[in-house]
Amino acid sequence: MKTDHLIPLDVFCTSNDIEISFISSLHEAGLIEITTVEEAGFFDTEQLQQLDRYLRFYYELNINLEGIDAIKHLLNRVNEMHDQITALKNRLRLYESDFH
Amino acid sequence: MTFVDYYKILGINKSATPKDIKNAYRKLARKHHPDLNPNDKDAKKNFQQINEANEVLSDPEKRKKFDQYGKDWQHAEEFEKQKQYQQQSSGTRGTRSSGAQSGSDFSDFFESMFGSSTGSGRQAKYRGEDYNAEIHLNLIDAFETHQQTLTVNGKKIRITIPAGIENGQIIKIPGHGGPGINGGPNGDLYIEFSISNHSILKRLGNNLYANIDLDIYKAVLGGEITIDTLNGQVKLKVKPETQNGSRIKLKGKGFPVYKNEGQFGDLLVTFSIRIPTNLTDQQKELFKQLAKT
Repeated sequence: MKTDHLIPLDVFCTSNDIEISFISSLHEAGLIEITTVEEAGFFDTEQLQQLDRYLRFYYELNINLEGIDAIKHLLNRVNEMHDQITALKNRLRLYESDFH
Repeated sequence: MTFVDYYKILGINKSATPKDIKNAYRKLARKHHPDLNPNDKDAKKNFQQINEANEVLSDPEKRKKFDQYGKDWQHAEEFEKQKQYQQQSSGTRGTRSSGAQSGSDFSDFFESMFGSSTGSGRQAKYRGEDYNAEIHLNLIDAFETHQQTLTVNGKKIRITIPAGIENGQIIKIPGHGGPGINGGPNGDLYIEFSISNHSILKRLGNNLYANIDLDIYKAVLGGEITIDTLNGQVKLKVKPETQNGSRIKLKGKGFPVYKNEGQFGDLLVTFSIRIPTNLTDQQKELFKQLAKT
């Protein structure tokens, strides 16, 4: 199995000075995906930004896992609504000049 | 350069304990953190101020200096020179203690009072700040895949803008944001596209819309017209007895589908029938005859 796009959990935890149990908790809460290759845990590089964000929530803002989970859902909704607003603005542009 | 009251920013008084400062910082950080306020430039600015206030007030040495000089911060320069001399003599080198994604920008007041890289925290790695930029294109630019060169923080980067990019769409250029701190990864660059409308053609998704004026004679009798599209002129047959406001669809003559080469939306043409003006007596008579039939 190719592991180019995977970051070893232990390396990430050591370099960021965080406990591996925290990452496991995120995984158990369904907040990140962990891939196991030959008994070693990895996560995809695409999740790095998301994981970085969760670490900031937890360590800097003192938000617990339940809070992070709620924030994740709310941010997804914010993003969806942002996309809807953009689509509606673009639709509005279609008619705007007709009234000027 | 104006004085920045860090106590006021955190909403605490001068007798606040370290615990009070920590609580006030966390409460405000949770409210203004850029991660919790996507696409909000004000929140980012506020968070930078809160972070800066915390940077100063949570560090006993910096807090002491801030309390000592306060509004007379200009006098701190002498203090700073002396301190720098002491640091150079002993060979120490400070690092920024906090920063995370967006705490790397400090006010002029802070830089003047504490220098640009003072601090005493652990050497943690932090991801660089994400940058946001806006690119303005016209509809013709967005019609074709093309390259543009941007200057970000003094560095030139060449990006490919795929045909069919949408107004308001944001693309991410990984690693082209602010530099990481203490060896952390660089932030990302987010580019938002603002696409201006065309004078005749309007776009909604992959479809283009055009209002075409049609003279009454061609609308009644039918004929052929030529219309301008974004990739050349198109001849169009007009059916006899075409009504005002009627719409026809030209398949595949619309906008390119984003990242789907060779696929295009449709062009929808709406006819606006022009009523002739300044009619001659003879023309008026002919219309009267038509009206009687």
